[in-house]
Amino acid sequence: MRRRSLLRGGALAGAGVVAGAAAGASVARGDDTPVAAPSFTTGTGVIPFHGVRQAGVTTEPPAHAAFVAFTLPGGTDRRALGRMMRLLSDDAHRLTRGEPALGDTDAPLAVLPARLTITFGFGPGLYRAAGETAPVRDLPAFKIDRLEKRWSGGDLLLQICADDPLTVTHAQRMLIKDTRPFAAVRWVQTGFRRSPGMHEPGFTQRNVMGQLDGTANPTGDVMDNAVWAADGSSQLVVRRIRAEMEKWDLLSVTDKENSVGRRMDTGAPFTGVKEHDEPDFAALDSTGLPVMPDYAHVTRAHVTDPALKILRRPYNYDGVPNAAGHPDSGLVFASYQADIERQYVPIQRRLADKDLLNEWITPIGSAVFAVPPGCAADGWIGERVLG
Amino acid sequence: MQTLARRSFALAALATLSVTTLSACGGTSAETAAPAPTATSAPAGALSIKDPWVKAADKGMTAAFGTLVNNTDKDVTVVRVASPASPMELHEMAMDDGKMVMRPKEGGFVVKAKANHELGPGGDHLMLMNPSAPIKPGDEVQFTLTLSDGSTIPFSAVAKPFAGAGESYAPSGVPSMAGM
Ligand code: HEM
Ligand SMILES: [Cu+2]
Repeated sequence: MRRRSLLRGGALAGAGVVAGAAAGASVARGDDTPVAAPSFTTGTGVIPFHGVRQAGVTTEPPAHAAFVAFTLPGGTDRRALGRMMRLLSDDAHRLTRGEPALGDTDAPLAVLPARLTITFGFGPGLYRAAGETAPVRDLPAFKIDRLEKRWSGGDLLLQICADDPLTVTHAQRMLIKDTRPFAAVRWVQTGFRRSPGMHEPGFTQRNVMGQLDGTANPTGDVMDNAVWAADGSSQLVVRRIRAEMEKWDLLSVTDKENSVGRRMDTGAPFTGVKEHDEPDFAALDSTGLPVMPDYAHVTRAHVTDPALKILRRPYNYDGVPNAAGHPDSGLVFASYQADIERQYVPIQRRLADKDLLNEWITPIGSAVFAVPPGCAADGWIGERVLG
Repeated sequence: MQTLARRSFALAALATLSVTTLSACGGTSAETAAPAPTATSAPAGALSIKDPWVKAADKGMTAAFGTLVNNTDKDVTVVRVASPASPMELHEMAMDDGKMVMRPKEGGFVVKAKANHELGPGGDHLMLMNPSAPIKPGDEVQFTLTLSDGSTIPFSAVAKPFAGAGESYAPSGVPSMAGM
């Protein structure tokens, strides 16, 4: 604030004096337009950890994420699980507030939470260990699947999201250190979306394939009803889906659009002009064919019943290209819904049966987790299952 | 120093089952709910302890940490610490022969008026000399601090896995402790 007004004052006065070294870079533009100084609000953003529902689900996705899955050793009992979840809930509460974890060996790394959320998911194996019936089970096999063990399954999941990658890294390290006595790291998938300040909040991001991704996601009450069960729990599917970028590159823009049924530039459906125009799946073109192709991703994935919608919360991944320069890119596709079997599986089944986009995407990892309700300040995540 | 150690070892005889397992909370057992790790237990009085935790240990010595907060405008001295989990000593770190070692703190911890006194790895700490049972990550361990005026401050600390601050113990005859 202060710096901005200094700058503006300087520009108005026409003085060529740089107001302080830090402001120097932004002043050194050739015109008179005052340049907005950064406001430094990204780092201090806090999303409350405690609540009836866990944070990080219907929360607007921050720019960076790490999905960390663990395997419980045989013989783990519910007492150990309870001890683990109390420790991790305490860590999560402190870190999301921008406070170091207890015994944090690098406390200064904890002070900028950058909208940090830490969301816990319980895989089928955790319920088995606890002697409880699991509310989730592995997805059925789909013919499009090329699943690799190194990206699949898991007894416990931590979804760590923040607008800053160092914040995510530090939280991940602290949480893994406290999970180590109880479970082994099974896989870690990191991902990213657009940085804060790139778009207005709620703006649809583009994914690594260049598509506007998230347009038809439910919002408001429809989202809440689709995502949350009455007790504040939810269910999560994490699929690692490789984008076949070399093949995708061979397509014309029109071909890319046909695979989805939406325009690459505006994201508008073929039957509309603006991104949020409702696609009209009944509309026919002059030759009598549906304007929204019946093989297109959106046509196949669309559900009308609000209660059957899913909340897609994907992150891009971009690994190391191979020697030939072919990228290792895709989505860490996270989908939240109240009931995987009822909501997710039918959509996935339709997409596996027929979806032109399948030519350019390959599922290589798959895992399912129950997302237990949130907890109060004196509680811990999982207390109703493990307490 | 040796006598101090002896005295607290005597306490160990009193300690039987010492560690409350957190996950007992709400289960079928008759145990009452243990407080969540966030709950800092000392009542607001002359002295309180903030963010207490104890280093989990399968066996052997370990230590508890936290921030002592003096809420009064007089200095306060912690002269003793006790726990059902282990004989206890108040420890400090000091240079001995060019090496950092820990040893009993003569005269206890003086917490200055309206000030904080940090207990942490590599600094002053509450030493569990010989826990009678493994202290597992996530366990809650009970402690009681005694001040020079005889008043006591009970609190509970959550056990965390912690690998840092390897230190050795100064008094001869006591095994040196790696990885406090
Ligand atoms: C790499 C993998 C994927 C890519 C690149 C992708 C891309 C897209 C794009 C561009 C849209 C249109 C804009 C939007 O509404 O977001 C869309 C819509 C959608 N996708 Fe995907 N998707 C992928 C995987 C999946 C999977 C695995 C599912 C579920 C099983 C899914 C379910 C949906 C749904 C439900 C819609 C909204 C359909 C509607 O308009 O009602 N997608 N996807
Ligand atoms: Cu010591």
